[in-house]
Amino acid sequence: MSGKTTGRLSAFASFASFASFASIWPLAFGALRRNRMRSLLTSLGVIIGVGALIVTVASGEGSKAVLEAQLATLGTNLLIVLPGSSTLGGARGGPGTGKPLTHADLLAILKGASAARYAAPVDRTVVQVVLDNQNWLTTVYGSTPDFFAIREWSMARGRVFNSGESDSGAKVCVVGQTVASQLFGGGEALGQIVRVKSMPCEIVGVLAGKGQSSQGQDQDDLVVMPWVTYKSRMMSQDRIHVGSILVSATSPDEVGHAQTQVTGILRQQHRLADGQLDDFTVRNLADLAATQEKAADAQTGMLRNVSAVSLLVGGIGIMNIMLVSVTERTREIGIRLAIGASENKVLLQFLIEAVSLSAAGGLIGIALGVAGSAILASVMRWPLVLTPFWILIAFGISMGIGVVFGFYPARKAARLNPIDALRFE
Amino acid sequence: MGPEEPVIRLTGITKTYLAGEVEVHALVDVNLTIARAEMVAIMGPSGSGKSTLMNVLGCLDRPTSGSYRFEGREVASLEKQELSALRLSAFGFVFQGFQLIARTSALDNVELPLVYAEIPAQERRERAMVALARVGLGGRELHTPAQLSGGQQQRVAIARALVNRPRLILADEPTGALDTRTSVEVLGLLQTLHATGITVVLVTHEPDIAAYASRRLVVRDGRILSDEVQVPHDAAADLLAMPQKAA
Repeated sequence: MSGKTTGRLSAFASFASFASFASIWPLAFGALRRNRMRSLLTSLGVIIGVGALIVTVASGEGSKAVLEAQLATLGTNLLIVLPGSSTLGGARGGPGTGKPLTHADLLAILKGASAARYAAPVDRTVVQVVLDNQNWLTTVYGSTPDFFAIREWSMARGRVFNSGESDSGAKVCVVGQTVASQLFGGGEALGQIVRVKSMPCEIVGVLAGKGQSSQGQDQDDLVVMPWVTYKSRMMSQDRIHVGSILVSATSPDEVGHAQTQVTGILRQQHRLADGQLDDFTVRNLADLAATQEKAADAQTGMLRNVSAVSLLVGGIGIMNIMLVSVTERTREIGIRLAIGASENKVLLQFLIEAVSLSAAGGLIGIALGVAGSAILASVMRWPLVLTPFWILIAFGISMGIGVVFGFYPARKAARLNPIDALRFE
Repeated sequence: MGPEEPVIRLTGITKTYLAGEVEVHALVDVNLTIARAEMVAIMGPSGSGKSTLMNVLGCLDRPTSGSYRFEGREVASLEKQELSALRLSAFGFVFQGFQLIARTSALDNVELPLVYAEIPAQERRERAMVALARVGLGGRELHTPAQLSGGQQQRVAIARALVNRPRLILADEPTGALDTRTSVEVLGLLQTLHATGITVVLVTHEPDIAAYASRRLVVRDGRILSDEVQVPHDAAADLLAMPQKAA
């Protein structure tokens, strides 16, 4: 009894020993080398599985990074208040066709909404901006200095117009990167006078670039001037109505609270009775962003599961080929056992073969996956985001697959009866 | 182990198989003693039990009952693991079909037992080279079995059998697939090894082959029918008397 136990223990020790591993792996590699084509084909399942997993994760992360970057350019904690729509004969007209927002609404929000840090009016129109013999069609915004804070817009050069200029309707403006480069090329835009709808206007600042929005719009193609200036010069002296109002909550957690407050204030401003529908819309961009991100995550997760399944299929492929290999090499196994190889050493050899195939498949898959992710990132113009966690997981899974799916064929090989195996044709 | 202790002592060995529902008595109460440095031929027709006897002697198979003492140590009841270790350290096998590993060089084939014995690579290589030179295959170390003739392949197998310095070489129909001249060459090699003090057990069904052993056992129906000491043929002398092989 005790002799048997000792035998088992020492067998385990010899199985686990470095010396036996060091002596067996060249045998395993020799066997794999003798069947190069088969080895490659056996690994293919794991190569594809791991590659797909890495590309999936990288593209998910890449598109998410793009989405996040685009949403960040809108400004965080952002609420947009749009005027309501009118309903004429059952047809709803969309924002702006109903009761307009007013400057009084803005002031009420600024005064009453404690969860709102900033609120700014936004009116805009598309006009030709002229500099000497140059001109450029762009969108001109009328707003207050809060606008830049809400949109988290920093300055490349110069400054934002101040509240004094804003309130007095000074003829100053801030231009976006696109406008600056279109009108001035490499030259200095600051301090220059441009004509906006025949009004001369001094450029006091150039905004830092934001790039494209999630809808593919050039966010840098704009001119911003004080709202009062805009209303008195671009529009026909109307200082009451406001196109839309941007509101920024004090913190991301306060966005919902701010939305409730703004809604309440506007219902009061517009004298809406209980039960009457809002004649305006308060849109929460954070919700929109979260929804979009959730959808992207779900998609990535699903694809990741599909590649995980393909990795499993790759593992079954390895087991399949290893079983075929054990049958085909029955006589070879018989020889090894007859000349004195212990069962553990035969087991170890076949296990090393299986794990080598799956690990090599994993490494090749990682290389192809990273290359594929890089190509995809450059084609889709998103950043190459490689997650070491997932690369390690993929490699770990492929190693594990070799052990799990290689064990049964290896044990089958080790338990062959040498006499029968030697006679096997 | 005293000096008079035989290499092999079988006492009342039986081996019974179940072939379907029929019991096959492959060995029945076999008693056999083989002394150190004997060269024994075991003869018998197919189905006589000589292969089973060979497998039991080589510890590839365990007897159903009886005692097998190898160098004085009882091995009939050893665990598989211990039997592997014994085969590795004390036995050398030469099989009928050569049983070399395909697409693997002669050198790697010969090194194999040393790999399992965990001998360092450098020593392994040297010993395998020496063994190959001893069987006359110096210079052909890197040939694979497919690049060697039958006689050469069997010599690789003999080199593999002797590379771990065995005390007992078991040859199962070692000349079964060879022509007469090559057979005598292989027997000459076994006689040379025998001369160095290795015990050789040769299983064959050909009297001509058994004639090269110093003792002849005849097995029939699982029993030893006869056991005679004989004057062996000298393979080296026979080889000289033979016509040269056509080039």
